[in-house]
Amino acid sequence: MTWLGSPKFPDAARAALADTQLRRNLRNATTTIRGRRAEAVDELPDWEELRRAGEAIKEQVLHHLDTYLEQLEAAVTRRGGTVHWARDAAEANAVVRDLVGDAEEVVKVKSMTTAEIGLNEALAAAGVHAVETDLAELIVQLGDDRPSHILVPAIHRNRAEIREIFRAAGLEAESDDPRVLAEAARAHLRRKFLSCDVAISGANFAVADTGSVVVLESEGNGRMCLTLPRRLITVMGIEKVVPTWQDLEVFLQLLPRSSTAERMNPYTSVWTGVTPGDGPQEFHLVLLDNGRTATLADPEGRQALRCIRCSACLNVCPVYERTGGRSYGSVYPGPIGAIITPQLVDDPRDEQAASLPFASSLCGACFEVCPVRIDIPEVLTHLRAEVVRARGRDAESVAMAAAAWVFASPRRYAAAQKLGSLARFLARDGRLSRLPGPGAAWTSSRDAPVPAREPFREWWRKNRG
Amino acid sequence: MEKVALFATCLTDTLYPDTARAAVRLLERLGCSVDFPLGQTCCGQMHFNTGYRRHAVDLAGRFQQVFAGYDAVVAPSGSCAAMVRDVHPRLGAGTPRTFELSEFLVDVLGVTEVGAYFPHRVTYHPTCHSLRMLGVGEKPLALLRAVRGLDLVELPAATECCGFGGTFAIKNADTSTAMLADKMRHVLDTGAEVLTAGDNSCLMHIGGGLSRLRAGVRPVHLAEILASTEEEPWTPASR
Ligand code: SF4
Repeated sequence: MTWLGSPKFPDAARAALADTQLRRNLRNATTTIRGRRAEAVDELPDWEELRRAGEAIKEQVLHHLDTYLEQLEAAVTRRGGTVHWARDAAEANAVVRDLVGDAEEVVKVKSMTTAEIGLNEALAAAGVHAVETDLAELIVQLGDDRPSHILVPAIHRNRAEIREIFRAAGLEAESDDPRVLAEAARAHLRRKFLSCDVAISGANFAVADTGSVVVLESEGNGRMCLTLPRRLITVMGIEKVVPTWQDLEVFLQLLPRSSTAERMNPYTSVWTGVTPGDGPQEFHLVLLDNGRTATLADPEGRQALRCIRCSACLNVCPVYERTGGRSYGSVYPGPIGAIITPQLVDDPRDEQAASLPFASSLCGACFEVCPVRIDIPEVLTHLRAEVVRARGRDAESVAMAAAAWVFASPRRYAAAQKLGSLARFLARDGRLSRLPGPGAAWTSSRDAPVPAREPFREWWRKNRG
Repeated sequence: MEKVALFATCLTDTLYPDTARAAVRLLERLGCSVDFPLGQTCCGQMHFNTGYRRHAVDLAGRFQQVFAGYDAVVAPSGSCAAMVRDVHPRLGAGTPRTFELSEFLVDVLGVTEVGAYFPHRVTYHPTCHSLRMLGVGEKPLALLRAVRGLDLVELPAATECCGFGGTFAIKNADTSTAMLADKMRHVLDTGAEVLTAGDNSCLMHIGGGLSRLRAGVRPVHLAEILASTEEEPWTPASR
């Protein structure tokens, strides 16, 4: 789920920040979608109640996850499907590999969960080529690139770059007009849809009491994947289950407005087991844990499992907007990535994952837009505490302990203020432009304040005390 | 008469005493009796936000002790007020009634016209914690609009984070700087002489960048603007 050898966030971000083309592409895309989302949400007078309903349903599911999953398994089986349980990526990949059988090529409708477990790579190692059918996923795949956004994995690319990627992969487009590019992709994909016997999908939701699985997409390619092939394999994180159809209604309002700023999702596909003579004749549902039950065990961190992957938090995040998704070194970028990746990785020695909870200014914009009210800043500070605990004693923890010791006594604090005002001697024409030690990172781009001659408490003591 | 305790915040106490003096002057002018309990130090926000929870718990506990006897605590900082009000209870410390300055003026004292005079072109940056954790909304703007002589100009993309974020500014210095650059561009676009906000931390960050550019825009805390009168006008001092 994190990409091997990814640098820690600050280092990856530095490289991304230097790429001005990337920053321009991202800024244009996020600014537009931000405005449109706000409009779509403002149309609904009961948005806050909807958010609370979404939160409540997901919390209910998380509290009784075992029950709902068993219900789901029974219902899917009843309708002629087969359920497989996978503890981790390796198990899930092995299950899918077996189910693919002797097919050499499979079509896929975009699924982050399969990206999380590295399914395409695992299939490739077994000689099976997986064809991504979502346009943006296809661009990433053909460009031998990594996704940078939950919803629009190729958000970091502009039209000219896309045409170039297509050309290199043998898909000719006469111009970089989006319609021409889409047409080139369509012709390419149509051949695949008609020739592939096996499809692999993700799932946005699964309804426990009927065993129905739901995918939302906006191009219609998913619908082709879900109906044309003979065998359909769905890989789904265990937290995606909802109790009933009625609950689905809430999310079908929350998700499209939050993600694409649409009132209603263009293509919502629902399938329940198999129907003889219509659609796939074999259906397999792979239920993936991969760190989710461990996350569930953490009362503060588990709210991250409410996420419906709408990507609204990415689009408003000032850090994401500048660094792009690939800096997060994971299939889950942005604010949600910063809290979900370290929890799924669940390894305090993984330095890259440990750098993610710090990749935020805690401005709170993500919490404000999240349709299921995940308090991302709260989880970030919680995970920071875990990182600090796991790291043990180092220069930072010693400095923090010293600061706490000073703050624990007003007398020591006043003495430290006096000491600090010595920094006045370093100042030139009222400015401190170069500080030593950790202060150097501050003064690389900002002047530092010159400590006051007389702290406020001194003044108070003299004049009012 | 309201009896209030001023929580100056460690940053303002140490680096920007003018802001705390201005807050006292303003509150007294509006009929409050102000105390500054000398036992106060820091609300623990830096420790909490950086992942040092144990220290934050201790500092929250000590804050609650120091301010236990007061009806209301007023802080010239949205982020410290939010720390006390929203986070301290999560750390197991009870809450004295704590307000950010503009909230206290508008909600508790019920005033927006505070008798201030500040003949300058000003733009206002709503800091993230004031905006999203406390929800101070239009209150600071209402106060500013009532200041005589003040020419308020709107800041483009005002609600976007300036990139301070406490230790974020050091741990992710490059990203913080990129965010700062955009904020400064917006500030300069307004043509304002003065940038104000309810938090000296963000002003220290944006002001530090503007100072490095020799941009000539002066950061001034909201309290200093509201304290300024014709008889006792604001003068540049510590910044
Ligand atoms: S955390 Fe919330 S806003 Fe972000 S992708 Fe998930 S549901 Fe959407």
